[in-house]
Amino acid sequence: MSLLEVRGLKVHFPIKKGIVLERTVGAVRAVDGVDLSVERGRTLGIVGESGCGKSTLGRAVLQLEPVTEGSVVFDGEDLGTLKPAAMRAMRKRMQMVFQDPLASLDPRQSVSSVLSEPLRTHGEKGPYDKRVRELLDLVGLPSTAANRYPHEFSGGQRQRVGIARAIALNPELIIADEPVSALDVSIQAQVVNLLEELQQRLGLTYVVIAHDLAVVRHISDDIAVMYLGAVVEVAPSDSLYDEPLHPYTIALLSAIPIPDPEVEDVRERIILRGDLPSAADPPPGCRFHTRCPFRQATRCHDEVPVLREIAVAPGHQVACHWAEQVHSGAITPERAAVPAADADGAAAV
Amino acid sequence: MTAPVAHRESVPGHLLVGTPLLKVRDLTVTFASRGRRPVRAVDGIDLDVAAGSTVGIVGESGSGKSVTSLAAMGLLGKRGVTVTGSVEFDGEDLLNMPEDELRSVRGREIAMIFQDPMSSLNPVLTVGRQITEILERHKGLKGQAAKDRAAELLASVGIGDSVRRLRSFPHQLSGGMRQRVMIAMALACEPRLLIADEPTTALDVTISAQILELLRVLVKDTGTALILITHDLGVVAGLCDQVHVMYSGRIVESAPRRPLFAEPQHPYTTGLLASVPRLDQPRGLPLLPIPGSPSDTLPWAQGCAFSPRCTRRVDACVGHPPVIGPAPSRVPGHLVRCVNPVPYDVEEPTP
Repeated sequence: MSLLEVRGLKVHFPIKKGIVLERTVGAVRAVDGVDLSVERGRTLGIVGESGCGKSTLGRAVLQLEPVTEGSVVFDGEDLGTLKPAAMRAMRKRMQMVFQDPLASLDPRQSVSSVLSEPLRTHGEKGPYDKRVRELLDLVGLPSTAANRYPHEFSGGQRQRVGIARAIALNPELIIADEPVSALDVSIQAQVVNLLEELQQRLGLTYVVIAHDLAVVRHISDDIAVMYLGAVVEVAPSDSLYDEPLHPYTIALLSAIPIPDPEVEDVRERIILRGDLPSAADPPPGCRFHTRCPFRQATRCHDEVPVLREIAVAPGHQVACHWAEQVHSGAITPERAAVPAADADGAAAV
Repeated sequence: MTAPVAHRESVPGHLLVGTPLLKVRDLTVTFASRGRRPVRAVDGIDLDVAAGSTVGIVGESGSGKSVTSLAAMGLLGKRGVTVTGSVEFDGEDLLNMPEDELRSVRGREIAMIFQDPMSSLNPVLTVGRQITEILERHKGLKGQAAKDRAAELLASVGIGDSVRRLRSFPHQLSGGMRQRVMIAMALACEPRLLIADEPTTALDVTISAQILELLRVLVKDTGTALILITHDLGVVAGLCDQVHVMYSGRIVESAPRRPLFAEPQHPYTTGLLASVPRLDQPRGLPLLPIPGSPSDTLPWAQGCAFSPRCTRRVDACVGHPPVIGPAPSRVPGHLVRCVNPVPYDVEEPTP
């Protein structure tokens, strides 16, 4: 059984108008019907551009955002039905690592205080010194770090403190939201390697949320690609690059520059038109059809595609009506004129 | 112009014969504030940009890549900043130019675009007003003529419905559109040099691809020279003719882009390349991070600033500053500042 199962999850944020007589005039559909599952000990990567709902999804899994519809099942228990006390006990088993370690660490709290706080909150008996030293050792910091404050560390070291805090209670699931994107390039690999090492030593299950597909692919077993609140493709990491099925994934992959001129000079780029539409008013039918270079005259604009497995790529799910034809090459992308004129690229005001 | 005689270091091979469009020699920037140790952010940079070429400057935060361009443009202010060396644009010395002359060179001949378009655009003026202002100041265009030209510029950077867009305020545009507006403003005077400082860092992947494609096409069509400042090696790989890698205020390696990626010879460059996962390679390959952090550094005067993090460190790294010289690969224009450079495959020197 999967450790984490997300079924039909929706998180809508109401848009309100009026001061005295407040009324709801619409909703930002940040997450709009997501199904996912993660096996114990594995890593699921969630990628997408800003505003696609990936962070909201991560927070909703931990019940940090109010869930509008759907359920999150962790180790057989539906988190939505738990009483507050039971949910609190459950939180020990699932923790989060945040993007910006400087913002998520209290500047006036020493590292030993940061690391012993979760222990204290969840009723572990002190003294905590031994566990703090153990945690620092696990994340590769010297034990002298315990008495120092966040500003005394570099970005990479601070993220190590953030990770140590997340593993303090021996959780089973860790949700890491952009764990390396605030770090310098030369430091990112250190933190990625640390996360992988901890997973092996402690048997952790990860959900890694990031916009950098190369990093996510490196660390994840499976990848879910999100667009405008919905998952458009789920694939094993190994086959996503070689065999992307959804037009959005194909475009996303072709947009990422590869640090090698030999590859860059011959690589075919698919330049998408325009910007991400507003999640308050997503396009009907397939959400991607307004920007899709493979768009067809029928179905795309009026029929919502469901996430399905297709025969040519077992173990690989895609939400596109024309996935088979795109895969076989029967449908080719229309070439955008460059510079891409985007009449429909105006931002939602 | 006098020939450069007995330069500090032998004149490196990548510096062009003849007069480049922009010629930077021994540019050094020191920030001093009261009660603090002065910080040398840029330390003896030599840089040539030929007309119509694209030059990349790569480095991590704090490597001095942005300060280099700001200092060269005279945009650093005077208080607490010491800029020495020389910056010549088309034979004219920018560093000692009176402020009003400099202001007309910037904008007309040299334009810059920055990472965050929202903080570079004026939030209370329409996009159209901000573009026509430039056209009035530098081109003498007035009224409808200026408006027409502004709409033309917006259209040329791929903004649809450009006449209506002139009336938009920056907050009404998305990040990608704002960056397009910035590029339109930069191109308003048909500059001969465009400096783009992390032009796509604040943007999403697909939008960033749009902007890079736009820059690629514009540079090719207009013959504008481009200095592209970035931390992303992938961006440089597709766009630049010559690449300079900076570390702690100095250029540690420069090369035409193909040899740089095919046979990097500075341990920092190879370290950077080995520490980023690549989408086109098999997934199981381990990442080899550079140990330590950019703050573990040594002043250049005492040796190589990268040596505290370097896996190829030898005794000679410490004691005296390493000089930049031709790389062992013997590729013309490939220079490296290292006493123990990374060996390379001898077989195929890139043509």
